[in-house]
Amino acid sequence: MSHDKPNDQVEDKLYGLLAEYESPGALIEAANEVRKAGYTKFDCHSPFPVHGIDPAMGIKPTILPVIVWAAGIAGLGLAILMQTWMNNWTYPWNIGGKPLFSLPMQIPIAFEVTVLLAAFATFFGMWGLNKLPQLWHPLFGNDRFVEKAMCHGFFVAIEAEDPKFDDEATKATLQEAGATAIEEVRYKTSKKHRALPNGVIAFMVMSVCLALVPFAYIAKKRASKSDKPHIHVVPNMDFQAKAKPQAASNMFPDGRASRVPVEGSVARGELKADDHFYRGITGGEWATEFPKEIALSAETMERGQNRFDIYCAPCHGLNGAGAGMINQRAEAVGATATGWVAPSNIGQESFAKQPHGQLFNTVGHGIRSMPGYGSQIREADRWAIVFYLRALQRSAHSTIDDVPAGDKPAIR
Amino acid sequence: MSSAETSTEALEAREYFKGISDSVCGIVEAERAPRIWYPAFAAALCVAGVLVVSLYILLTVGTGIWGNNNSEAWAWPIVNFVFWVGIGHAGTLISAVLFLMRQKWRTSINRAAEAMTIFAVICAGLFPVIHTGRPWLAYWLLPIPNDMAIWPQFRSPLAWDVFAVSTYMTVSILFWFMGLVPDFATLRDRTKSNVKHTIYGILALGWRGSARQWHRYERAYLIMAALATPLVFSVHSVVSFDFAVGQLPGWHTTIFPPYFVAGAIFSGFAMVLTLLVPARAIFNMKHIITDQHVENMCKVILATGSMVGFAYGTEFFIAWYSGNAYEGFTFLNRAFGPFAWAYWTMITCNVLVPQFFWFKKIRTSPFIIVGLCILVNVGMWFERFVIIVTSLTRSFMPGSWHYFSPTMFDASIFIGSFGLFFTLFLLFLRFMPMIAMFEVKGASPHAHAGVKHH
Repeated sequence: MSHDKPNDQVEDKLYGLLAEYESPGALIEAANEVRKAGYTKFDCHSPFPVHGIDPAMGIKPTILPVIVWAAGIAGLGLAILMQTWMNNWTYPWNIGGKPLFSLPMQIPIAFEVTVLLAAFATFFGMWGLNKLPQLWHPLFGNDRFVEKAMCHGFFVAIEAEDPKFDDEATKATLQEAGATAIEEVRYKTSKKHRALPNGVIAFMVMSVCLALVPFAYIAKKRASKSDKPHIHVVPNMDFQAKAKPQAASNMFPDGRASRVPVEGSVARGELKADDHFYRGITGGEWATEFPKEIALSAETMERGQNRFDIYCAPCHGLNGAGAGMINQRAEAVGATATGWVAPSNIGQESFAKQPHGQLFNTVGHGIRSMPGYGSQIREADRWAIVFYLRALQRSAHSTIDDVPAGDKPAIR
Repeated sequence: MSSAETSTEALEAREYFKGISDSVCGIVEAERAPRIWYPAFAAALCVAGVLVVSLYILLTVGTGIWGNNNSEAWAWPIVNFVFWVGIGHAGTLISAVLFLMRQKWRTSINRAAEAMTIFAVICAGLFPVIHTGRPWLAYWLLPIPNDMAIWPQFRSPLAWDVFAVSTYMTVSILFWFMGLVPDFATLRDRTKSNVKHTIYGILALGWRGSARQWHRYERAYLIMAALATPLVFSVHSVVSFDFAVGQLPGWHTTIFPPYFVAGAIFSGFAMVLTLLVPARAIFNMKHIITDQHVENMCKVILATGSMVGFAYGTEFFIAWYSGNAYEGFTFLNRAFGPFAWAYWTMITCNVLVPQFFWFKKIRTSPFIIVGLCILVNVGMWFERFVIIVTSLTRSFMPGSWHYFSPTMFDASIFIGSFGLFFTLFLLFLRFMPMIAMFEVKGASPHAHAGVKHH
């Protein structure tokens, strides 16, 4: 762009005649004369709007008010549609049981949007009708025009393209109208002379490119996968300086985030003062009786069997002899050689002699390699298991005489 | 036509027009600003720095740094918002309402007043946005489709406020820029620098003062004024709905819209005078912004100040006349309760101070005018403080009564907003034509030079 191409013709072309007048009044007179002489492609230029020039030049009222009116009506309709659609249809807001649609509540926003669109129409419509922005114009090449037109000069410009234009005759018309100076305005036809400076174009291109970078980045991120956490531009409250359960913390001397309850404090319903029921102890010894809360009934026996089959049988076996599934597996894989302790036979004599309380304690807290089941099985169920254990022990040492007479034929 | 008499008249007119261009463009074209501009700009920048630091702390720590609490949730941020929006009303009032009323004296002050409006609305807009606590989500206020599938609740006056203030801001900027274009063209044609020629050239959009363009331009200006006039009244009415639609005693009252609008004009004119009385002295603009213009503005302040005083009286009368116990209590509490000091500050500054403008001697003493105008704005800030704080700290439930105390950050953000305002305004004075040259020329008697009377 910096040097002319051979075929880029730089022709000095006549734009028209520019005549200066001494005052706003003189300009009006001149405009009148020029119009009367039959010119149509002419314009007056002044540093401020000269009142009275419109009829002198024969300027018809602009259509702008109609455009503004239409935009205003569009804004009104748009605002009412928007509010109705957003608050009544797609997201119905029930505000204190008031009717969803009501015009009065829409008035403020409808008014504002009407004004906004009308103002946009006024602003952009006016520039559009005036064919602006147009940064290049032949008149800007005229020194007299540039010096005075925006400051204190009053000009009439008649374009060479006007059908009535004739260099001499037009000059005479302008002169007779009282011009203080008349000049020919010429301009270069090459595009180069109309283009924006390279710096401005470079700035605009760069701004557009830079403005696209964030969008390109977002688009790329949306289209690709990542195993990293989301970018938190604004952290909101996602990362808080807070202690999580079971975590370490420098806050307390013991280095734990969780606090231990004050010694001796008891949670509601967790006092467990009844030693017999909760711990199987009476008078400092293992209880030999079942607590009074446990009914020694068939239901308790069934409940005990049910719990035993779930929690105890996997190791001890369904008959309590110590041959449960886990033990079978351990023996099959040879775990006995690496320290597998086989589950006890519940039916053995030493267990049968133990008081109820001691067995209850073993179920809850475990013994040797057996874990305690206190956290899984509630006290009443543990007592039911003990009750069932007594039945298993009894059956381990039973003879055919223990079978009721009526059932003997069935097992024989 | 070519008689000696008309020639002298035409010559005088052209010299007058050139004089206007020279004195207004001269400020922008001068190598250096008047000496006092530099310390003033440095001070404004420092105070704006206080705002930036305070906002950083606000955003990183949270709104807990303010004095706001459960019952006094609005407090200073909303006081400041209403204060700045109110100040932002004078510009459009001067450019639109006085234009429709054919008050030619407005041409000397409308440009600066419009600039002041835009900067005040920028300061105003800051406060509700930071008051949300998470300003990066402020776009939730706008009807934009979002992944929560929820829309703004248009029955809320706060949603109206978003539309009113943003429309006002947009229309003010359009109006202001439209007025600037012919003056940018003047600057474009005067400058010798290539860079400035390019910048002013782009801003002037290629304006060439054509009568056919002036015709549409003037029509557009008139339409803009006609649109901006109801807009300026609507904006502060909608701001007052934030209160009036609420059911709190002291807020729930129909007098609010006109009373707020009068107060806004009152405070806006006071701010215009506070800025322009020193500016016209510093930039030697006394021949354009004349003593008569200053007097006119003083009279507007006197009139609107008296309206505001009348509104205060009416509020008290209605509190008694309605027989509503809550309303009655609220107003007695305002005058004699724990915030009585704020109430009487407001009454003194807003009702008594403007009464001095009855005297011509005072309307022509620049120092006294600026002093009184600053007091008026102090009073107008306290008006919003009284409305918001006294009502919220003494609401229906005595259990939520308490005394409100601001914190250091309440103050630093408010003071900082003045830094932002003055920084922008001083930049405007230095780099843009502070007086609408083409309007001053067009409104002067010289604009009719050589016109034959039929």
